[in-house]
Amino acid sequence: MFRYISHLVKSFTLFELLQGLSVTGKYLFKRKITIQYPEQKTPMSPRFRGHHALRRYPNGQERCIACKLCEAVCPALAIDIELEEREDGTRRTTKYDIDFFKCIYCGFCEEACPVDAIVETHIFEYHFEERGKHVITKDELLAFGDKHETEIAKRKAADAPYR
Amino acid sequence: METLATFLNGFLPEGLTTLIVIILKIVAILLPLILAVAYTTFAERKIIGYMQVRMGPNRVGPKGWLQPIADTVKLMFKEIISPTKSSTIVFFIAPMLALAPALAVWSVIPFWDGGVLADVNAGLLLVLAITSLDVFGIILAGWASNSKYAILSSLRVGAQVVSYEIAMGFALVGVLMAAGSLNLSDIVRAQDGGIQNWFAWPLFGLLVVYFISGVAETNRAPFDVAEGESEIVAGFHIEYSGMAFALFFLAEYASMILISTLTTLLFMGGWLSPFGHAMDDIPVLGIILGDGFHWLFIKSLFFLFCYLWFRATFPRYRYDQIMRLGWKILIPVTLVWIFGEGVAIALGWKPWL
Repeated sequence: MFRYISHLVKSFTLFELLQGLSVTGKYLFKRKITIQYPEQKTPMSPRFRGHHALRRYPNGQERCIACKLCEAVCPALAIDIELEEREDGTRRTTKYDIDFFKCIYCGFCEEACPVDAIVETHIFEYHFEERGKHVITKDELLAFGDKHETEIAKRKAADAPYR
Repeated sequence: METLATFLNGFLPEGLTTLIVIILKIVAILLPLILAVAYTTFAERKIIGYMQVRMGPNRVGPKGWLQPIADTVKLMFKEIISPTKSSTIVFFIAPMLALAPALAVWSVIPFWDGGVLADVNAGLLLVLAITSLDVFGIILAGWASNSKYAILSSLRVGAQVVSYEIAMGFALVGVLMAAGSLNLSDIVRAQDGGIQNWFAWPLFGLLVVYFISGVAETNRAPFDVAEGESEIVAGFHIEYSGMAFALFFLAEYASMILISTLTTLLFMGGWLSPFGHAMDDIPVLGIILGDGFHWLFIKSLFFLFCYLWFRATFPRYRYDQIMRLGWKILIPVTLVWIFGEGVAIALGWKPWL
């Protein structure tokens, strides 16, 4: 009986509706959590896995020794490597393609690499404007690495103690 | 307006002058109204965004103020597609039928003392009659679209609007019993003399019922079964695109503003100041605190805000619950309230009529 009456009172005073309204009313004045993307960005970990790059040693020699560990470990089969022996006896790649449509950005290639040649950088804002451009070649990867080397080195150094 | 009329009378026949003046008045009412509709859509997105801890639109123009303009331009340039097996004529008449009544009602709305296009004595009746016509546009749109979703939606709207019209009408009966007039200006004048004389206090239940059925009448959340996304996609306007769709949008928001304004006029004293005439003699403040259009504007804005607030808060009612609320709760409540009011009037209880 009491429950019936209290239910009746609650319904006719719109008690629960007003409760709901007060919740949304409070949120109207709360600080907004939206990130205004191009102007504001969320903090990024040095481990972030974005666009790939091939790195060089400080003397300009490319690091990659064509061991094909990355190709072997790649779960998406996105990496395609061909190699040759150079005149000075070193083992180098002639082709190092990454298909960015296949790549799942797992970072295994980076972990597998014995010489820290292939890395995933902090850059995630990129696009392809033509069909076929999604397969990034060795030259492009090296150029990308050269362009961002200081930033890459900084981030790898920041992450090194935890590896 | 008077000076313009006398000026035109100099070289034009009497009838033509009246016509020109009336058309100018119509434009003076409709242009701000359509602008208000545009910015209501903006306010809706902004306020609901804020309640969901988001920003809402803020890219077009400073702080997003040009967003409604951009939306309108986009809609105007979109192609209007008519389904192959639709009845084309009805299909294109329907949006106009939906919009025309929503705009026509504004002819009897008084904005300030004497600021009304047509001071009709049966104004309230006219409002009821014309707002009822709104549903035709929606039903015809649903029928002419030759789509199952559209027809289902329009059937729902038809039943819902007809049911809630009754509760709404009864709530209005309470008001006209209290005011003793059907003329909207007279109803507002009957509430003269400060906030304590507004009908909102003695007729509080009717105010709540009126606003709830107003929300249902305009098919707004939480009574927007007409456009239940999960069941019937967009509802009756699913086949409409471009400007034809925009007309439905315009009609919906114009009715929203209308219901807010009517609630203000009938229960909250319209253009009357809440301070009564106490402040009229103070030089500058008297104009602001005295009666005037700005009070109507502020009060209507509050009810319009409530519309958006409800939409951000309440989940959609189930269809049978809507019908239960309309027939089994709102109508009995209004009947009991009117009975009590009638007794009070018969016994001559002055403060409570």
